[in-house]
Amino acid sequence: MFKKRSQQSVIDEWQRYQAQQAIACANPILQRFYQMPLTDPEVPLSEVSFMALDFETTGLDPRYNEIVSFGLVPFTLRSIRPSDGYYQVVKPKCNLSEESIAFHRITHSQVATAPPLEKVLDELLERLSGCIVVVHYQHIERPFLDLACHKLWGEHCLFPLVDTMAIEARWERRGWKNQLKETLGIQPVSIRLDDSRQRYGLPTYSAHHAKVDAMATAELFLAQVARHYSPTTAIGQLWE
Amino acid sequence: MEAELREIRDHLSLHPPFDKLLDDLLDDVVGNIEITYFKAGSMILNRGQSIDALSYIRSGAVETYHYNGELYNRLEEGDIFGQFGLLRQGKVRFPVKAIEDTLLYQIPKTIFDRLCDNDSFADFVELSGSRLKNTIDESLRENDMMTTRVRKLISRLPLMVEITVSIQEAARLMTENVVSSVLLIEPADEEDSDGVFRGDDGGLWRLKGMVTDEDLRSQVVAAGVQTDRPVGQLSDGRLITIQSDESVNEAMLMMLRNHIQRLPVLHRRRPVGVLHLSDIVRYETNSSLYLASNIFSRNSVRDLSRLIPEIRAAFIRLVDDGSNAKMIGDAMSSIGRSLMRRLIELAEDELGPAPIPYCFMVHGSLARHEQSVITDQDNALVLHDSFDPEHHDEYFKMLAKKVSDGLDACGYEYCKGGIMATNEQWRQPLAQWRRYFDEWIADPDPQRLLHSCIFFDLDAVYGEEYLVENLQDMIATKARYNPRFLGAMARNASNRRPPLGFFRTFVMETDGRQHKVINIKGRGLAPITDVIRVHALAVGSKAQNSAERLRDIEQANILPAGQVDKLQYALEFIALVRMRHQAFELRNDQAIDNAIEPENIDTAERHNLKEAFQVVNNAQNFLPYRYPYSA
Repeated sequence: MFKKRSQQSVIDEWQRYQAQQAIACANPILQRFYQMPLTDPEVPLSEVSFMALDFETTGLDPRYNEIVSFGLVPFTLRSIRPSDGYYQVVKPKCNLSEESIAFHRITHSQVATAPPLEKVLDELLERLSGCIVVVHYQHIERPFLDLACHKLWGEHCLFPLVDTMAIEARWERRGWKNQLKETLGIQPVSIRLDDSRQRYGLPTYSAHHAKVDAMATAELFLAQVARHYSPTTAIGQLWE
Repeated sequence: MEAELREIRDHLSLHPPFDKLLDDLLDDVVGNIEITYFKAGSMILNRGQSIDALSYIRSGAVETYHYNGELYNRLEEGDIFGQFGLLRQGKVRFPVKAIEDTLLYQIPKTIFDRLCDNDSFADFVELSGSRLKNTIDESLRENDMMTTRVRKLISRLPLMVEITVSIQEAARLMTENVVSSVLLIEPADEEDSDGVFRGDDGGLWRLKGMVTDEDLRSQVVAAGVQTDRPVGQLSDGRLITIQSDESVNEAMLMMLRNHIQRLPVLHRRRPVGVLHLSDIVRYETNSSLYLASNIFSRNSVRDLSRLIPEIRAAFIRLVDDGSNAKMIGDAMSSIGRSLMRRLIELAEDELGPAPIPYCFMVHGSLARHEQSVITDQDNALVLHDSFDPEHHDEYFKMLAKKVSDGLDACGYEYCKGGIMATNEQWRQPLAQWRRYFDEWIADPDPQRLLHSCIFFDLDAVYGEEYLVENLQDMIATKARYNPRFLGAMARNASNRRPPLGFFRTFVMETDGRQHKVINIKGRGLAPITDVIRVHALAVGSKAQNSAERLRDIEQANILPAGQVDKLQYALEFIALVRMRHQAFELRNDQAIDNAIEPENIDTAERHNLKEAFQVVNNAQNFLPYRYPYSA
């Protein structure tokens, strides 16, 4: 009972925020983004258009680090369509460190020819518009995107999204059994993308790449819905 | 093509029928795939439901059912289903249910129809998708090298470095990656110029050349070139490459024509591997060798178990190629041992290193290097004498269980007699094993020996081999000086007589289907192996293989002239008849057994078989004189 009310307050807050942004935003791109009505939180999962999103960044802190590339893969509960996805490398303002180049397997020459984020941000928002965004670990995608918009246009860009890591935490880290384990000092299970996927029998992918991770996140979400929810679950219940 | 589509493509391209598709067509398939997920226990397709896509299992497993609800087929990673429905007015024929969490790639009907224009694809789809049948048919198809595509022989992505890195750095990377060649690349800016491809990273690169181990020797070490120079200077910029969908045959011709041993393999312009001449040789000349090396690259029991069809296909190929029984037995035993070694390695990876030295040993046909295509597992563990059950046994118990379960998953059934290391009695330190053998030899009781005679064929498979050699030495020295033991073994070796009647007719049994059959193993192979073992023990031979034992027996000169030759011939013939019989059953999708129907054998062979049985019979008759038994 208590839980339901708290999720309801999350939903209420997002609806208020959306209404407020639709009026307040001065930037035409954000204006367009917020004038698209928010998906009704009562709509069942089976009728929602989702967009899996993944950023590769130079680090974890949006104040000092930047987006290097992003990948998008559209899907519904019925199926994922990888070939309709989108991938973009972005030129950061500062130089890429050697480590992050090795990590993302993105090269100097590739970054050199890539457009800066401001050139592709509208394209990104355009593609997200009208979809429910699904990420694994909201504390990367959400603050990086928000801060990028704020730096560029002086306005915020936040919206409800689904976080497969939060869902995993909800099922693997809560409940009295897990609490008991925690009290006993037993290591909780990992909820990283690859480890979570393994619990649902999903394959391991080799590449570390924004679009591969977006596809992997979409697959994980389908698996989570199949195991823990139902096609009739209201989308608002999963908003973060 | 972008990274996530390459992930899909790379998986599809390893599995039939997609492995035989031209690259363009495969790209089309990949570009149209939709992904779906089903949790274990959920229905994927219901009977009569309309269907508009072919399903490919990316991970997980499903079962399909007959009209009456009976299991029709179990399908796993890399298998397809839905083809019958698509060919039959788009209605589901066999319902499909997920038995594990399953990720599917859906290939729309429009693409499926286009694929069916392709002969080998259509053949596969119509062939009820029996994987074994397919693998076998394929391996038997003539001019295999003409139809097998190069990409099938490639097992890893090529190592690539920029031409600006130093020679030393390139050599270091080659060493680290355990490869003998590296491809040289440089950044490019125009996609459409020669040799330019889009890398995994999404960047544009131009393939500039290749440097091999030989180049490092001849152009660097021998020429005294400084190793801090850029590696690019070692390549003259000329590079012969091959497309990934060319045939293996073409690759071989290219190597011969150009006097080279390595060919970079490209998918369009993107390098996907480097083919070495030895890859071709391994693949073509000796499929069992190829298999054995393949075994060691598998990283899970499941991956290993997927080799079953290939192992069986290799067996059939050996039989059909006219190999003799000894060669086939050797090859199949090597595969069996490799499989077991790999299972132990995987178990060790999981459990950590063993607390004390140990040796995994095998018994029976695998120890004798005489394995046929199927057999049950007979294994045991010899542990170092520092073994302390309280501290160590938990580890070895787990190890034994993992190996035994793994073998079962790979088609080596659990031993009905319980001769497995999972059984505490057969998981003992060396000293205890010595006591076992000591008792069997010093206090021979034919009844008890009946169960333990299998232990007298023993060989190390993995671990500290000296532990098993110690036992082999002990048996070889003790057995020969113990006439009562030899007498008891000889008596047991005469228990099962060959199926010959008074007038040299076959004495047959009736099997479950009321067919007149001969059990070729129980009444032919096992008795002759037993006879040879008794003689081998009597001459102190340490050999395990029957043919090698016969050589030792010959040297010791204990049998009448010509007798060893006769035994040799009879052994070879009986073993071969059994293998041919099993190859026939495999090819016809029948259960594999040892029941020969003499009616199915042609007259000349029937005559030979009788003769072989007669040799066994005579050899058995000779035993009580040579090794009298006194209770």
